[in-house]
Amino acid sequence: MLNFDLTEDQIQAKKTYQQWVDQHVVPFADTFDEQQETPQSLIDQMAKDGHLGALVPVEYGGVGLDPLKWGLFCEELGRSSASLLSLVTVQSMAIQTLVKWGSTQQKEKWLPKLATGETIAAFGLTEPSVGSDARNIESSAVRSDDGNYVINGKKRWISFGATATLYLVFVQLNNMPVAFLVERDMKGFTAEPIKGMLGFRSANLADLSLQDVLVSEDSMVGKPGFGFSHIAATALDQGRYSIAWGCVGLSQAALEASMDYASNRVQFGKPLVEHQLIQEMLTEMIVETKAARMLCMHASFLKSSGEPSLIMETSTAKYYASKAATKSTNSAVQIHGANGCSSDFPVQRYFRDARIMEIIEGSSQMQQIIIAKAGHQEFTVQQRERNAQSNRG
Amino acid sequence: MNEIETKVRSFLGKYVSDPEVDGDLDLFSAGLVNSLYAMQLVLFIEQEYGIQVTNEDLDYENFKSVQAIVQFITLKQK
Repeated sequence: MLNFDLTEDQIQAKKTYQQWVDQHVVPFADTFDEQQETPQSLIDQMAKDGHLGALVPVEYGGVGLDPLKWGLFCEELGRSSASLLSLVTVQSMAIQTLVKWGSTQQKEKWLPKLATGETIAAFGLTEPSVGSDARNIESSAVRSDDGNYVINGKKRWISFGATATLYLVFVQLNNMPVAFLVERDMKGFTAEPIKGMLGFRSANLADLSLQDVLVSEDSMVGKPGFGFSHIAATALDQGRYSIAWGCVGLSQAALEASMDYASNRVQFGKPLVEHQLIQEMLTEMIVETKAARMLCMHASFLKSSGEPSLIMETSTAKYYASKAATKSTNSAVQIHGANGCSSDFPVQRYFRDARIMEIIEGSSQMQQIIIAKAGHQEFTVQQRERNAQSNRG
Repeated sequence: MNEIETKVRSFLGKYVSDPEVDGDLDLFSAGLVNSLYAMQLVLFIEQEYGIQVTNEDLDYENFKSVQAIVQFITLKQK
């Protein structure tokens, strides 16, 4: 029997996340957005409360959180601050990548530090000239005579790149994509904060520059040629999963703000919530938020069992949830009218952040390409099986 | 065809039009599969056979064809 209800344990975990977010993030998220920076004190608080290393396995000092609880946590963060969601997203991308593809030495060195938050990690794939076409990154590594590697290149729009001390950087090595762990204090490495963004304003974004950065062979994650298909793919799957859940939270925040506003704002002698055209927008927000949450729960179920289809279903969840967030936050601004465009209300921040959600970890257009291809393949397989059945019959 | 090969071909059948391809055909070079398939193959091997594919296993020769995959699984099971 299908059961989509949360267990008591999961309900309790969600309450704990809600309380944490309501205490530490909600009251301050607009200020951080205006200041275009998440303060170190909040990052320290997250680390202290075990949220940064939640996905690190217990044997490396983490919590070993399961996919559904991680999703519930991401939903709550997305409800409060998409920028802060991006912190745990990139941290989790590095963690999952190391758990899956790291060497024993890399796991022992980095996972305990990622668990405590002593190390903040960032994901360095996007470049000034390369976004969706990630296979054609231009940053490069050259193997030197002593067996080390020299990295040159630039990375752009790196979430929490201004804060991180460890970077999972993707480069070409003899025209083969490969990933390296690069440390902030390495000679030739610089991170320049980016300001003035539409959304994710407190995501401590940065431009990274790598000029003759020398890394050892021990810093390579995986092997040359597998940097995109396996290493980046693992990280991006985790990223899409976290973002999808965060978008559910963002939609939920837009819905709650709209319900509150529409209940109290009186026009033409009655609250907005009693006007049918407002009800239409609220209905769309309710249904799409619920639908996005269901897709995320389905993805979490597949992720828990390691089912191969989790990759496509996570992609589907991210695609739908990010579009739902864009639509819901857009409606929230509309319901709030001029108030929704002012910094007196958070819905303008939700709206700006939602636009980013449709771009990061694979744009909606990239998701459309892979979802449609997978759908066509599924159709082809079904046709083949039907034909085979009919031939047998 | 042994049991492993049957299961591998069944899995492959979700991604290619004709899963009864030559066992030695390089699936990637032939353009039959894409990078998304690569990680799904890893998940399939891990879920179906309860084995962990690790960084040490990242060798193109392990995944390039039906026979290569069957051989990889067989070796990992030992």
